[in-house]
Amino acid sequence: MTSKTSTTLRILAGLAALVLVAAPLAMPTYYVSVATQILIFAVLAMSVDVLAGFTGRTPLCHGAIFGTSTYVVLYTATVMHMPLPLAMLLGVLAATVLALVFGLLAVRTSGVYFLLLTLALGLIVWGICLRWTEVTGGENGLRGQLRAGLMLSTRELYVAVAVVVALVTFAMWRFVHSPFGLTLRGIRDGESRMASLGYNVPLHLTIAFTASGFFAGIAGALYAVFNDFVSPSTVQLSQSVAGLLMAIVGGVGTLFGAFVGSFIIIALEQAVSSVTERWLMVLGLTFIVIMIFAPEGVIGKARLLMAGRGQSKTKP
Amino acid sequence: MTKLTTDRRSFLKTSTAFAAAGMVSMPAIVRAQGAARPIKIGLLAPLTGVIAAGGRELVEGFEMYWEQVNKEVAGRKVEIVIEDDASNPDTALQKARRLVEQGNVDFLFGNILANTGLAVANYVKGTGTPYFIPVIAADDLTQRTRIPNVIRVAGYTASQMSRPLADWAYKQGYRKVATISQDYTFGHEQCGGFLQMFTELGGAVTQQFWHPLNTADFSPYLGQLANAGVDAVFAMETGADATRFIQQWASFGLKGRIPLMGAMNATDQSVIRTMKDEAEGIVSCAHFAEGSKEPATVKFVADYEKRYGKLPSIYGFSHYSGAMWVAEALKTINGKVEDRELFLKTVLATELKDSPLGSTVKFDAYTNPIYDASIRKVEKRADGKLWNVPIQFYPQVSQFWKYDPETYLKQPPYSRTFQGKTG
Repeated sequence: MTSKTSTTLRILAGLAALVLVAAPLAMPTYYVSVATQILIFAVLAMSVDVLAGFTGRTPLCHGAIFGTSTYVVLYTATVMHMPLPLAMLLGVLAATVLALVFGLLAVRTSGVYFLLLTLALGLIVWGICLRWTEVTGGENGLRGQLRAGLMLSTRELYVAVAVVVALVTFAMWRFVHSPFGLTLRGIRDGESRMASLGYNVPLHLTIAFTASGFFAGIAGALYAVFNDFVSPSTVQLSQSVAGLLMAIVGGVGTLFGAFVGSFIIIALEQAVSSVTERWLMVLGLTFIVIMIFAPEGVIGKARLLMAGRGQSKTKP
Repeated sequence: MTKLTTDRRSFLKTSTAFAAAGMVSMPAIVRAQGAARPIKIGLLAPLTGVIAAGGRELVEGFEMYWEQVNKEVAGRKVEIVIEDDASNPDTALQKARRLVEQGNVDFLFGNILANTGLAVANYVKGTGTPYFIPVIAADDLTQRTRIPNVIRVAGYTASQMSRPLADWAYKQGYRKVATISQDYTFGHEQCGGFLQMFTELGGAVTQQFWHPLNTADFSPYLGQLANAGVDAVFAMETGADATRFIQQWASFGLKGRIPLMGAMNATDQSVIRTMKDEAEGIVSCAHFAEGSKEPATVKFVADYEKRYGKLPSIYGFSHYSGAMWVAEALKTINGKVEDRELFLKTVLATELKDSPLGSTVKFDAYTNPIYDASIRKVEKRADGKLWNVPIQFYPQVSQFWKYDPETYLKQPPYSRTFQGKTG
């Protein structure tokens, strides 16, 4: 009986997701672009969740990895006039390589040291983007007309982004539920035990970090096409923090919570900032409320509640 | 005769054309029904973030003009939607998108920081929305990479006003000058204009100091400037950096020892309003000087002081004048803002006569205004308030000075590495 309800639930959830994804298409173009942004940032938040939720290492540099990809795409496409697919590929590649380097440097630390080390690494990227004016345009950043070159309307771009995001989400879901992902969860729950069982913990962590950077890079490449503009504010700390907050609000370790977190934060920002310039305050209060009443995030809380209702269900 | 099988691209084209036709024709019907639909202006201002104080003055100047004309032009009401760009280019871009796509504004106005302006300009390049930038001074927006629907009403290019200052400096007998500037494009461009002009006249810029934005302690630079053996110093500072620099310059005992020249933003009201003696005597060059005796300026300054209890800054002035400029154009075309091409053409053809400047201003062929610039000196008013008083005029200063625009545009844009000297 339980399996039956869970299948029905899954189908219902899938249908609901489909309706939600299709809904913006019926709205004015501005909301379509907000929805596009929500999807892109959900991928960033999921890439953070791969590390924070499934590997037990909370990174603060994913904004920088994301933004590096955006920079590379805009630079190769507008300054070097490369075709867009190649530029996007190079952007993702750059993000992946950067994540590999960061991973090699950071994985031997954990806890707050990992947090601070990744923060510092992210700040280096920010500093380079700000000061290497000849390439990055400094404060002014880089601008392009990638979207116009694609001949895509706002709605068509949304559909394209939604398709890519769906594929990436599936890939990440497979990744964290693979035997490799299981090992990562093992490391999260008992690092020394995994090491004594013979697992190469640093290697696993480096691969996880690189994969997570690869996913963040895809989000960054999409953002380049969506935004047609990049400046140091895209790689700055607040971007990394935003990615982490989205993962936390949605629920760390739930993966799909990233969509909820991204939606809540971006929608709230849109709604509140049109009413008051003090919208950051409202955003802060919302976080506090969420942390008090649902510290496991929105999806995490929902899962707990559902598990509580179906008493018969026991943990595997 | 006609091909029945259409490939995907032509299908896309026709369907886009249909969609576009649908989108355009709908407002046309609305337009025909009610000609009195208000003109909607989207004003982007940094109300939070590093330049929030300037952002508020921008809004004040802009609103003051529209209040004076009862928010009406050519028989149509004017509706202003203000959005906060948070001094951040990504936010600015997002807000511009909202104003254009959701707010359906007829045109955009505003922004202060060059990076916010450049981001919005890049966006409206695609939408064709007219965008007016009275403060964004980035040279290339009206030079190498200009966009037809981005017009610098009542604004200036960064390097435009430092050239007359260099000429003035040379005529004072200064031969060796050092520059100190914030290390970003706005500074590179202002110093570039100064250096190129000054060296072409025969002077020498012996040292250039670049410091990061938000420098708290200027003593390393001041020590070097004191011993640089120069006849004068040119300082390109904005906001809090300008305040700190001028204060520390005075407390280092350099005031009175080495003549100090500044960019117009270094001695702008937004900076010197809160200062005392330390800013006195600094010379700068600008199109606007609040201490001018020109009747139009005197009236504007008095009105502004009465309305807001302070002297107008460059932000307030330029948005007041920018609003006036666009309003004049709207009067000429009977408020038909919907015809974008006509509207933009008319703005560019409009000569601004009744602005606080007192003299007529018009555009050059590259969408940047030509001004009668004034060399200004910071002096104390009778009531002890500091203001910029003109001491000399340079008529008809364009963004290209006396260079031929075509030849000028062949040189690279100013940067930290290119300051106008080749080789």
